[in-house]
Amino acid sequence: MITNFYEKDKLLVFKINEEIDECSVKNIRRKADYEIERFMPREVVFDFDSVTFMDSAGIGMVIRKVQAGTNASEVKQKLQI
Amino acid sequence: MKNKITDNEVKLEFLSKSNNEAFARISVAAFVSQLDPTIEEISDIKTAVSEAVTNAIVHGYEDKMGIVTVICKIHENEVYIEISDSGKGIENVEMAKQPLFTTRPNLERSGMGFTIMESFMDELNVQSILGLGTKVTMKKKIKQTEEVEDMPVTLEEALRG
Ligand SMILES: Nc1ncnc2c1ncn2[C@@H]1O[C@H](COP(=O)(O)OP(=O)(O)O)[C@@H](O)[C@H]1O
Ligand SMILES: [Mg+2]
Repeated sequence: MITNFYEKDKLLVFKINEEIDECSVKNIRRKADYEIERFMPREVVFDFDSVTFMDSAGIGMVIRKVQAGTNASEVKQKLQI
Repeated sequence: MKNKITDNEVKLEFLSKSNNEAFARISVAAFVSQLDPTIEEISDIKTAVSEAVTNAIVHGYEDKMGIVTVICKIHENEVYIEISDSGKGIENVEMAKQPLFTTRPNLERSGMGFTIMESFMDELNVQSILGLGTKVTMKKKIKQTEEVEDMPVTLEEALRG
């Protein structure tokens, strides 16, 4: 996963370039949570363009990230698939 | 000349470690590739296998170590896949198959595993006994893109045209 932070827009972009399953999703989640904590972005984008495989573990991650985004007042998490 | 497809079978046994999920789906995909499936068919099968194997590891064995067995058979142009564990079993299979049903929401599970298996494969069958384990069987027909005519087998037939 490649992380890019755009200071001006406070935009954090995660480009996921591995297969997403129950095994890999743990690392993706841990890294994403860490970077969100670190940069305090206003907007987060998960880019799934380079994902070659995804099962329901990916769906679970997406759902939780959207929920987190709507609950927190300062962090708006946007999904672009 | 394209070979007529004959029946074939493989059996995999591996420890219930989550990094074997990729091993299982890639192995099954490689085995099934002898039927010349489309990329979409292969990706459907990989996803369904990944769901069933993940369930065996995460729900069947939870944090314990056990053996997950995958049997894959090919009969004509149909793929048969059986994934079983000797884990804790499912209390109510019908309920477990409902979309969004999960017994472990705290683990960020989506409850979509069985729904995905059902929609990506032609047939899904789940057998489970509490305390003994779970067996998931799935079938999928691989569409034959072009039916290749059989080549003549004898000189007689060949001469006749
Ligand atoms: N091999 C298994 N052993 C025990 N329980 C299982 C097994 N497979 C599925 N289950 C049960 O069925 C439920 C639904 O499975 P699934 O549709 O894959 O959703 P999820 O894995 O996201 O919970 C699980 O939450 C679990 O309770
Ligand atoms: Mg599941």
